[in-house]
Amino acid sequence: MVISSQKENDVLIKPDKVIKYKNSNIILNISNLSIGYDKKVIAENISFNLKKGELVAIVGVNGIGKSTLLRTIGGFQTKISGSIQIEGKELTTIDTLDLATKVSVVLTEPIASKNMSVKELLALGRQPYTNWLGKLSDEDIAFITKSVSLLELTPFLDKKCYELSDGQLQRVMIARALVQDTSIILLDEPTTHLDLYHKVQILKLLKSIAHKTEKTILFTSHEIELAIQLCDKMLILDGRTNPFEEPCKLIEHKNFETLFPADMISFDANSGSFKIKK
Amino acid sequence: MSKQPTYTIHFLALLLVLLVCLSLNISLGSVSISVIDTIKVIFSSDIGESSNSYIIWNYRIPKALTAILVGSGLALSGLLMQTLFRNPLAGPYVLGISSGASLGAALLIMGSSLFSGFITFSAFNDIALAIASSMGSFLVLLVVLTVAVKIKDTMALLIIGLMFGSITGAIVSVLSYFTKAEKLQQFIFWEFGSLGNLTWMQLSILCLCTCIGILLSIRSIKSLNAFLLGENYAKSLGIHLKKSRYIIIIATGLLAGCITAFAGPIAFIGLAVPHLTRQLFHTTDHKILIPAVLCCGAILMLICDTIAQLPGSMSVLPINAITSIFGAPVVIWLLVRKKKMMF
Repeated sequence: MVISSQKENDVLIKPDKVIKYKNSNIILNISNLSIGYDKKVIAENISFNLKKGELVAIVGVNGIGKSTLLRTIGGFQTKISGSIQIEGKELTTIDTLDLATKVSVVLTEPIASKNMSVKELLALGRQPYTNWLGKLSDEDIAFITKSVSLLELTPFLDKKCYELSDGQLQRVMIARALVQDTSIILLDEPTTHLDLYHKVQILKLLKSIAHKTEKTILFTSHEIELAIQLCDKMLILDGRTNPFEEPCKLIEHKNFETLFPADMISFDANSGSFKIKK
Repeated sequence: MSKQPTYTIHFLALLLVLLVCLSLNISLGSVSISVIDTIKVIFSSDIGESSNSYIIWNYRIPKALTAILVGSGLALSGLLMQTLFRNPLAGPYVLGISSGASLGAALLIMGSSLFSGFITFSAFNDIALAIASSMGSFLVLLVVLTVAVKIKDTMALLIIGLMFGSITGAIVSVLSYFTKAEKLQQFIFWEFGSLGNLTWMQLSILCLCTCIGILLSIRSIKSLNAFLLGENYAKSLGIHLKKSRYIIIIATGLLAGCITAFAGPIAFIGLAVPHLTRQLFHTTDHKILIPAVLCCGAILMLICDTIAQLPGSMSVLPINAITSIFGAPVVIWLLVRKKKMMF
């Protein structure tokens, strides 16, 4: 662990328990979190820390609460108990506009107006920073230009969203999140509906963004095999201990073996892939 | 990336067309007054005794101004609703907002005979009509919005709008059954829709409400643009969902309610104009779209009104019929041409 020279932050998690962060690289701290709707707990006992520039996948079976976790971190639904701290600040105390400069999202829901041009969509990413009319400053335009070149979107700038393929639109949505210039980017199943090539393309892109721009990227995925190869760390939601580790350590600890029913699918630790039992 | 386009030429052209339509609208009517005479009357300093000047100042100019306010206000409320409901078929008439306003107006016009003597001052009457209709449209708008939050289905929303139309229709017929003939006639004339007959007092109330509606919309430009991505995305961009939604609803209710109060339930302008505008301006940015729909709405309403008064003849057609005859085919044409309606 790198210990920075910055002064220590005393952060209150529970009234009776003060935790000191010596490492200012921690962007997102989640401890003992329970998530769900109203009183119905979907997943509990979730704890992990994310550092600057990490690419992290959340994996698990359908309905285990991957999206719910992501939506809770994004502030779209309230947690049941535990704490979520973004840059040392408790999520519930962060104002909506303030949160928009810290967390950006790429959701599974389609955008409401597909009639929007790529340019207009990207410009919306600057909303937290623009004036009341939404006028773009030179700095805003510089951010947009940078993201456009990073995601190679120049040929699509004047196209409407309905003219794009799923993979292209996903790249545009990632660029929009990048334009928002937040320390955390949350993506809900960014690779669904894409073929293997485009899946790998998107995931490699996310990895290079995380490492190049020092942004923390957290995404949910069913592509466990790809995530093992590409992610810095992974969170497995299994309904019990919810392990969070580097992929190779998770393999060592045999965490993937119990993910699916053993009589149907087994995990091959050598190749890092799942095999169907015949 | 370059700066956003500003569409200056488009706007100049629209303003020019608006001026032409305005002067045509004022000069054409049952009595023909040439455009030059019209301009002379308007710009001459003495408000003369001549019949031309009387017709123009007391009848045609208020009517033309009403047309501008009604057209631009309805078009804007249509745009706001299409964005708010994320639904290209939304509009004050389709979603039953106008029906709500009708109910408010009906309760006031016909119900007041049941409590006769309660309303005596005409100025109070005007304001009361505006308030009653606005309340009616707010009420329907809130119910439709509550349903829209629960049911994300486009069709369901439109059917609910239709149902509101039926409910208000039923209540109105019950009211008419028990009301006096002259009150009923007053209501039926109101329901035909009319841009004339507005006093300067009524016109200023209409103007005030429309201006508040426009100001509230301009204040909401950023949230409207964010709503184009969907509500969750809007929230992630720092928009306070509840607050922005209420501001937009108040603006829409005020525009649709007040206009319906004074001009009657006018169909299709709210639905068709935003779509027509999107054919001219290839943008979804409300910073451009709001002034654009205001201009287009005013132009279309002036044209419809000019046709409705059948220049040279003594009779005047109900404005509601004209906007439907023009509006419905426009919507059909858009659907057929693009195969899919988008907003």
